[in-house]
Amino acid sequence: MPSARGSTGNGPGSEERGLDTVLQLVLNGLAVGCIYGLVALGFVLIYKATELVNFAQGDLLMLGAFTCYMFVVWYGVGYWLAFVLAVAAVAAFGAVLDATVLRRVIGQPQFALVMLTIGLAAMFRSFASITWGSEIYTLPTPFSAKATRIGGVAVSHEYVSIIVGTVLLCGALYTFFTFTRVGVAMQAASQNQLAAYYMGIPVKRMFSLVWAISAGVAAIAGVLLAPVSLIDINLGFIGLKAFSAAVLGGFGSIPGALVGGVTIGLIELFSGVYLPQGFKDVAAYVVLLIVLAVRPQGMFGTVGRKKV
Amino acid sequence: MRFLFKTSYAPDLGLFRDSVQRNWYVALLAGLLVLPRLVPEYLVDISLVFIYGLCGLSVMVLAGYTGLISLGHAAFLGIGAYAHVYFVHDLGLPWVVAMALAAATSAAAGVLVGLPALRMTGVYLAIATLAFALIIQEVFTRWDRVTGGLKGRPVDKAVIFGVPFASDLAFYLLCLGFLIGGLWLTANLLRSPTGRAWVAIRDSEIAAQSMGVNLGAYKTLAFAYSAGLMGVAGALFAHKIGFLAPDIFSVLFSIQFLLMVVVGGLGSLHGAVFGAVFVAMLPVLISQARDAVPAWVGGVAAVLGKDASEAVFLATGRFVKQPGLEPGLFGLILVLFILFEPLGIFGRWMKIKLYFSMFPLYKRATFRRQKTYMRSERLR
Repeated sequence: MPSARGSTGNGPGSEERGLDTVLQLVLNGLAVGCIYGLVALGFVLIYKATELVNFAQGDLLMLGAFTCYMFVVWYGVGYWLAFVLAVAAVAAFGAVLDATVLRRVIGQPQFALVMLTIGLAAMFRSFASITWGSEIYTLPTPFSAKATRIGGVAVSHEYVSIIVGTVLLCGALYTFFTFTRVGVAMQAASQNQLAAYYMGIPVKRMFSLVWAISAGVAAIAGVLLAPVSLIDINLGFIGLKAFSAAVLGGFGSIPGALVGGVTIGLIELFSGVYLPQGFKDVAAYVVLLIVLAVRPQGMFGTVGRKKV
Repeated sequence: MRFLFKTSYAPDLGLFRDSVQRNWYVALLAGLLVLPRLVPEYLVDISLVFIYGLCGLSVMVLAGYTGLISLGHAAFLGIGAYAHVYFVHDLGLPWVVAMALAAATSAAAGVLVGLPALRMTGVYLAIATLAFALIIQEVFTRWDRVTGGLKGRPVDKAVIFGVPFASDLAFYLLCLGFLIGGLWLTANLLRSPTGRAWVAIRDSEIAAQSMGVNLGAYKTLAFAYSAGLMGVAGALFAHKIGFLAPDIFSVLFSIQFLLMVVVGGLGSLHGAVFGAVFVAMLPVLISQARDAVPAWVGGVAAVLGKDASEAVFLATGRFVKQPGLEPGLFGLILVLFILFEPLGIFGRWMKIKLYFSMFPLYKRATFRRQKTYMRSERLR
């Protein structure tokens, strides 16, 4: 790697400033990590249910952010209503996608599934660029450009909104999957498709619902991320970093996805400050390769093998 | 339908099924040698088709024959290209040595990324190679001393054993030679125990393992061979484009290679070549369609009157000139092939051939694939 070291500005200074920098990085890393965690959560939900790795998850996030932007700026809808509308629209889109396209390829070789979602991702990006143009937008929100100073740390409201939103969403999903009838049915369908059929669970509808939830989670992540990052058609590349989060947590573990996301977020921000330039962009991928080499099942994962 | 009656093992060892098939290939080769005289202005584009053919071959060995997915093959192409240019320009090695070293470097990189990921199932390899490709692209950008960084790096024409391959015709023949060599090597490899082991792994890992195939070793070998072939293609590609920049070797390029094998037809060497032709032709077709489609649609809308026709013409014209349309079209083609013709162009060709040779006894179920529902069959 190049030797251009330490020109990142807010490097570690005096003892006092060093602590503030660290706290600031922790806060921002947590927020970014929450986004990765949410996207990874979407991967894991779909993977657990249908054995399909959705390479279009990041692009669903982008669609969510763009839809919200469209409602707020083009149609002048209030932020909260636009939030709900965008999430509902993307979730419905996810369900329709499952019912029309993805259901047809379940049971085909893994290769076909991966290629299908990659093709879909390319189509989504193309759709976004045609519909909304390839400019870069900012989404005005109630949290934009506000910050509270606690000690030496500037607590930006946007970052707080991401963390709070993630915590609320996870609580809601946990309640849904543990205490509601549909949630338990969904768990059953994802554990054993055939047995679930025999128990009278409408497995197809469950899968569509999983897709809807997963797409909705991606859209929520997109809308939460929009004020921090800018909205453009390359927003979907965040999905690639979320892969690292999902693998780190062990593909197929829901708490793992969140913990993995936060870990990746923290590693990324810290490597941006304390490592040479260029490492910030690839830190997530380096972690991914190391995890695959050292502990392929991730932090919480289990390795299953197919029965013959 | 032609039935082959074999009286010795010699025909089984031959590269071609019978003399008729061999003669067709000889005719094809003759055609390719005459082609430069017929269409001298397209030679550069056809050379690119040959290079893409090598790339398709590389991805086909991995995806079509071993059942492994790589989303990072553009990185191997890049490694081959940069390594070749570095060895030739900076170290002043002979061209052939540089080419061999470029292939070896690329193969070594393949082993490096493949070893950890190959212990896991297919999707992990896809993700790992994706991560690897993104890291490598960053390395290309930052490693100024070798790659020239964002400024890029010019590449001279090839000079082999003192013979310059500067003209379009010479480069065309060079690429053709490498493609034929690659096809011949790969075809022979696939008929050997190694190739059989790869196919066994693709069809069922557990069955292959119980037949004594060392999964890790053969997967790594497939990955290294594929990456090495990609390195050779990369070296030729460097001469073809004449200027290397890091943003050429993007993830989109890797996806284009996968598109190639899916469209061409997984699990056949023909498919790799068909896919290469398709992917190389597609931009040409798209640019043709950009001019033609608005006129057609406008013509159809003319039923509604002249004004409507005019408006529709302008609207479609604006739509098809969108810069973002092309990747979406690639994606759409990919999705349609996966859904409706998973065997690709070569599969369709086989079906048509079988339909006529078996007429009227052809049945669809011949090509029906068995579905496997992994979740329900999986051990905990």
